[in-house]
Amino acid sequence: MLKRLIILLTLVLLAVVFSDLLLNYIESPVLSPLGSYYAANGPAELGAANLVTSVIVTYRGLDTLGEVTVLFISAAGVGLLLGRREAETDVAEPRNPASEIVQSAAQLLMPLVFLFGVYVFVNGHLTPGGGFQGGAIIASGILLLLLAQPYAAVSRRLIGITESLSGFSYVVVGVLGVILAGGFLDNRIMGLGQFGSLFSAGAIPIIYILIGFKVGAELGSVLDRFRAAGTGEQ
Amino acid sequence: MTGLPLSTFALASGLALILIGLLAMLTHKNIIRMIIGFSLVDTGIHMVMVAIGYVTGGSAPIIDDTVTAEQAASRIVDPLPSALVLTAIVIGLGVTAVMLSFAVRIYRAKRSLSIDDCAESKW
Repeated sequence: MLKRLIILLTLVLLAVVFSDLLLNYIESPVLSPLGSYYAANGPAELGAANLVTSVIVTYRGLDTLGEVTVLFISAAGVGLLLGRREAETDVAEPRNPASEIVQSAAQLLMPLVFLFGVYVFVNGHLTPGGGFQGGAIIASGILLLLLAQPYAAVSRRLIGITESLSGFSYVVVGVLGVILAGGFLDNRIMGLGQFGSLFSAGAIPIIYILIGFKVGAELGSVLDRFRAAGTGEQ
Repeated sequence: MTGLPLSTFALASGLALILIGLLAMLTHKNIIRMIIGFSLVDTGIHMVMVAIGYVTGGSAPIIDDTVTAEQAASRIVDPLPSALVLTAIVIGLGVTAVMLSFAVRIYRAKRSLSIDDCAESKW
């Protein structure tokens, strides 16, 4: 009873703080100085039509490298936590196979889902989307495969190679920026191209393709670990 | 009187989601439900951040035929909070995955998902 009261009190106090924030909130009529710098100089400097992409990949590219690293560490942590299975735990009961509809639909949709994921991260500098979103779509394709065939052998070696190669190339592109252009992860190591076309914005599409493969492989390996923990495989 | 600005609703929903998520984390004993509460808090924070980046009448920060490069500074919403939220979503996903794998480990060890069965880790 006392515990409930304390919880309620905590939430009410927090709600008071929040209501202060909410009642005094005034919608900003103009961009913040930093936002207007990005808006005014981003298109000419970096050549990316999607300003969010130019912020993520170039202006704050180091953040994104850190973010990819965090994702890698969490995928590795999941692998570490779920990888070893104690001998005494009982073997999970075998599952019923997925229905014919799910299996056929997975076979039909898998290539399309992968294609859509690739489309989203290749066009990340032009349309809403990018490496993380495209990678998540690719991982959802892997999830579809695992739902249809819970015992399918997903090649961990392939996932590991994809992930390591794309992560390594990402850092190499970043270092090339130091040598050929203004600094680490500078996208102007190549020509900026025609603004708004697919081959534009320098190295941004390359970096986003690498991020897309890396994120897809990492999320796919997380899903595969959880699958393996559920079906009792190593 | 044109009514409340749009972003106020997003801000209010975000703050409400944070409170609901905290309530779920504090009251439930089931670890999975606590993780769902964490995800609610996470989503609420993202909504608050995006709402704060909104500029009255702004459109998406993408330069194309409707928003040309010259008009950009006056017609788009702030791209920075959107970029930060994208980062936060990915980090939140990673944290959730690690929490869920801890839940699997606890279930393997205790055969239960209730935190009452993990009393030895109470202070």
